[in-house]
Parts: sequence; structure tokens; C-alpha cells
Amino acid sequence: MTTLILAEHQDNHLDEATAKAVTAARRIGGDVHLLIAGKDCRPAAEAAARIEGVAKVLLADDDGLANRLAEPVAALILSLAGGYDVLAAPATSTAKNIMPRVAALLDVMQISDVIAVGEDGQYQRPIYAGNIIQTVASDDPKQVLTIRASAFPAAGQGGSAPIETVALPDSPRLSSFVGNELSESARPELGGARIIVSGGRALGSAENFDNVLAPLADSLGAAIGASRAAVDAGYVSNDLQVGQTGKIVAPDLYIACGISGAIQHLAGMKDSKIIVAINKDPEAPIFQIADYGLVADLFEAIPELKSEIEAKESA
Amino acid sequence: MKILVAVKMVTDPNVKVRALTDGTGPDLASVKMAMNPFDEIAVEEAVRLKEAGLATEIVAVSIGPAKASDTLRTALAMGADRGILIRADQAVEPLAVAKLLRAVADEEAPDLVLTGKQAIDDDSNQTGQMLAALLGWGQATFASRVKLGDGTLEVTREVDGGLQTIGLSLPAVVTADLRLNEPRYASLPNIMKAKKKPIAEKSPADYGVSLEPRLRVIRVEEPPTRQAGIKVGSAAELVQRLHNEAGVL
Ligand SMILES: Cc1cc2nc3c(=O)[nH]c(=O)nc-3n(C[C@H](O)[C@H](O)[C@H](O)COP(=O)(O)OP(=O)(O)OC[C@H]3O[C@@H](n4cnc5c(N)ncnc54)[C@H](O)[C@@H]3O)c2cc1C
Ligand SMILES: Nc1ncnc2c1ncn2[C@@H]1O[C@H](COP(=O)(O)O)[C@@H](O)[C@H]1O
Repeated sequence: MTTLILAEHQDNHLDEATAKAVTAARRIGGDVHLLIAGKDCRPAAEAAARIEGVAKVLLADDDGLANRLAEPVAALILSLAGGYDVLAAPATSTAKNIMPRVAALLDVMQISDVIAVGEDGQYQRPIYAGNIIQTVASDDPKQVLTIRASAFPAAGQGGSAPIETVALPDSPRLSSFVGNELSESARPELGGARIIVSGGRALGSAENFDNVLAPLADSLGAAIGASRAAVDAGYVSNDLQVGQTGKIVAPDLYIACGISGAIQHLAGMKDSKIIVAINKDPEAPIFQIADYGLVADLFEAIPELKSEIEAKESA
Repeated sequence: MKILVAVKMVTDPNVKVRALTDGTGPDLASVKMAMNPFDEIAVEEAVRLKEAGLATEIVAVSIGPAKASDTLRTALAMGADRGILIRADQAVEPLAVAKLLRAVADEEAPDLVLTGKQAIDDDSNQTGQMLAALLGWGQATFASRVKLGDGTLEVTREVDGGLQTIGLSLPAVVTADLRLNEPRYASLPNIMKAKKKPIAEKSPADYGVSLEPRLRVIRVEEPPTRQAGIKVGSAAELVQRLHNEAGVL
């Protein structure tokens, strides 16, 4: 049994989601190899080689892989698939784009968003916005999986796997890269943050995200998240949406401010260790899953919370 | 230019679906059904392209039970021209859906196929990508903006880091994300008109596609429920409890 993981990386560094997917793959058993596909991505391959439990790193460094477009990366994985029983990737937007293409060309069903790996090739995955957990087993000769990173701890460091280069096979160019508009932020990234401060429609404007919510996040060293309503209204960018169809997070502390708690939002954060809700409506559904609820107007409560935290820290 | 749109009938997004107590599947008795929200966005995009004079015909396809014809009628009322219902009474996996859609695409020769990014029942997020692979076409998933040129397409995609824009040549597959547009409600006159639009009924056998599942569902269950905790009286009490009791500050 050998698993190939398509690593999530930014060419010059490796995302933590990759080490979490390694943990899931090790639970499947057998050898784990990592594939770094990109351009000028040797630094990511070197970081991958240091992850504990990785037996080999495959490095595909090619102009044609520069922006990880689905068609060339899928062609690359297919060219390597013969040597593997399981093809996996953390369930990032990159992998969600690529892996089903691989699965279809191998004529196998993809198992999306794996949250647990059991004995006998059984996998658990959430359906219906996480209200139901399905346990499935595959009858296909190979398995294609995407792994929900927030459900697994990151594998440790200390490995020293060999790095082997592989070539991108020729394939028709079906799409081309035009441009990126990536969000820049000095705050921690949502997926890896220990604390997340999340804002909903009640924030009312982009300015209030900056002037009311952001100072609280900064006093906690937290990442900022948002509900769909806040993203749709243009208060924050799409990459901050937490939920069924946004990012799935499980930090130590999630502070939901002015978020009602729709099932689609809960789907993205209900596995957080501690949930705090600040909402002026005592009946808001978010309180049903919150460990600590504060019924208050957030425009008063958030600045108070910030000064209490700063007072505690300087004490 | 012809557009094919895939529409799935799913449970109403406001309903919290429960598991049957015997663990064999979701309890769908008396749950209201509706068009998958992402597919409404896909239909809306197709209709806007037609209204802009860029598309000439919109064909909506659904794979599902007889009742899925309601979902097709909704697509027709929004502005699709005709429907194809491929009857399947059991759950159909994305791979089989993609194979059926490929067969329809072979027959209909559309220039563009639009699907939703994700069906909110199985949360698979794979059918559109699989279809593009089977057709050997380019794909633009999670689209928040679609710009149609002459035989080309520029699509802005919602990705983890922000937005990415890619170019494709037609034919291609695009999967719709939440911010692509705001779907319209069908007007009463359009609902009436939709009743006269044709829906062809087909079976998977007509396309030579097997629905034999590849995944065996061993069981389904509800996740452990979180208990509501306590209400605190002030920000000061909250900080003190997060520090002393929860140990997260
Ligand atoms: C297909 C689909 C996918 C979706 N995916 C997602 C997803 O991934 N993530 C997501 O979040 N949603 C998603 N949604 C949307 C979801 O159903 C809800 O509409 C959304 O989460 C609501 O956002 P909200 O809580 O910010 O807004 P609202 O529901 O409007 O809640 C605002 C809350 O703020 C409170 N409030 C108002 N003023 C104040 C104040 N001054 N102080 C304190 N509290 C105040 C109110 O009491 C209320 O509870 C999806 C929906 C669909 C159909
Ligand atoms: N049974 C179906 N009938 C029509 N379209 C479907 C069906 N299943 C999936 N789709 C399309 O594929 C998209 C993604 O579904 P999924 O891969 O199941 O998450 C949906 O938004 C639909 O556009």
C-alpha cells in the first residue's frame, strides 16, 4: 500500500495542511510519498522532505505547473498513478479543483473531505452540511481522497526523505493563467490559526471590520473570519468565509460576533474547541452550540473585550 | 451558442437533515426539496448570457426521480428553453452523473456546460471537474465572474488565497460559486410559460451508463451534538472564564 499526496504549497514554502494530510495517510497505512508540483518549488520540496513519516518526495518543477491549473497537474498525477494505491490531497481549493479530474480519468469515485480513516479501508465524511457523517468503503481499484485538514493533527518534523524529480508529461493546454488577486494579511491564516475572531452581517460595513473587529483580533493574535452574509455584502474578501462552502476551521477558540448561526456557518466551525458567541438576540441559534454566550451589542462588547484582554495581558 | 446546465434536486438548504435511526441513510420523509442553490446560480448565469445575446439556447439536465421534473420546471421558469430528465430513483454518485452529462454533451454539442460548485446534500464538489475530464475540456471551477468572448472565456475563481482569473477556449465546463450572481425568482407569467416548454424523459440505459455505486455506504450517523454552554454577564467575566476555566487565553 502506497499513498501519493498532492502537497499544498506556495512554491517557496509548504502549507501546514500538507502535514495534516500526511497524518491521515499514515493512518491508512503503508508508505507515504509527497508530490510537489509547481515552479521554482524546491524550497517546498525540502520542507516536505522534513515531515516525519514521508518516505519520498517527488518534485515536478515546470513552467506548465506555475499556477497549478487543473489540467496539467491532473495529467502529472495520472502519469504517476500506476505506482500508487491511494491518491490524496488536503481539501484545499487547489485540490478540490484537481483531484476529481484525476478520479474521473482513472474511472474511480473520489471520496471528498475525509475526516476519519478507519480499519478495512473505511472512511468517514460529512454530508448535509455536516449534520450527518457517512462511513464509506470504496470498491474501486484505487482510491482518490481529499482530506479535511482541520480533522487531523499535523505530522511532526525530523524526517529526511529523498527528493526525486519527475517530469510533466505533454498534455493539451486547455486553460491559461491570467492573474491573481490574492489577499494580503499579516494576520495568521484561517486554516492554521489558534484563535479566530469572526464577524457577520451585523458588522454592517468594511470599515467596522477594520475598526471594530480587527483590533480585537490583533489583541489576541487571531485570524479574522466571516459569515457568507458579510462576504456577500462586500465587507471582507471571499477567502475569509467560514462554512459549508467556505473554509472549515477548528481553532482552540472561535469568537462569533454578530453571526446568527445558520447551519451552513456551523458546518465550518462547530468542531472548534471553545466557541464564544456575541449576539444581541438571546434566541440566536449560535448560542445553542456556544460554550460561552454574551448577549450584547457587539459595538459595545467588542471594545470592552479588547480592553479586558489587554488588561489581563499587562497584569 | 448553446449552454447545458446541470440542475440537481436536493433538500431545502434551510432544513437540518437528520439520519435515520437505523443508520441506513438520511431521513428524507417529508423534507421539502428544492433546486441545489449553486445550480440556481448556474441557471441564472446561463439566462444572463442569453439575455445579453451571447447564447441562443439553454438546455437544463437533471438526473433524479420523477419529482426532479419540478426542479427542471424551475429552471425553465427562470429562462432555460428545454429540459432533459434522466430518471433514476436511487442516489447517483457524481462519477455516474458526470458520465451521463458527458453522454448528453456528446448528443447536444453545447459550447459551455454550467454546473454548481457543490451539491448541498452529498457535499462532493466533484461532478463538474469529472465531466470536464471525461470530455477532455478545460474547466473553471468556483466561478465568481464569467466573461464570454469570441470562442473564449475568462473566468474569475474563488480560491483559498483570494481570486484567480484564468482563460479558456470553448467548449469548457464552469462551476458556479456563491458570488457569481444573485438568482432571480421566476415570475408568475414565466412559471406559466414554463409549463409548455418541453422536458424529454430518458433513462440511464439510453446512454449506456451504469449507476452501480462505487462506494459502499456502511452507515450514516449524526455527529455528537455540542451542548449549549453558559451565558456570561460581561466581557470581564468572559475573559476570566476563557483564562481560568477554558484555558484558551
Ligand atoms: C448554498 C448555501 C451555502 C452557504 N454557505 C455558507 C457558508 O459557507 N458560510 C456561511 O456563513 N453562510 C453560508 N450560507 C448562508 C447562511 O445560510 C446564512 O445566510 C449566513 O450564515 C448568515 O450570516 P450572518 O449570521 O452574518 O447574518 P444574519 O443571519 O443576518 O445574522 C446576523 C446576526 O447578528 C445579530 N446582530 C445584529 N446586530 C447586532 C449587534 N449590534 N450586536 C450583536 N449582534 C447583532 C443578529 O441578532 C443576528 O443573529 C450559505 C447559504 C446557502 C444557501
Ligand atoms: N443528479 C444530478 N442531476 C443534475 N446535476 C447534478 C446531479 N448531481 C450533481 N449535479 C451537478 O453537479 C454539481 C456538483 O455536484 P456534486 O459533485 O455532487 O457536489 C451540482 O451543483 C449540479 O450542477
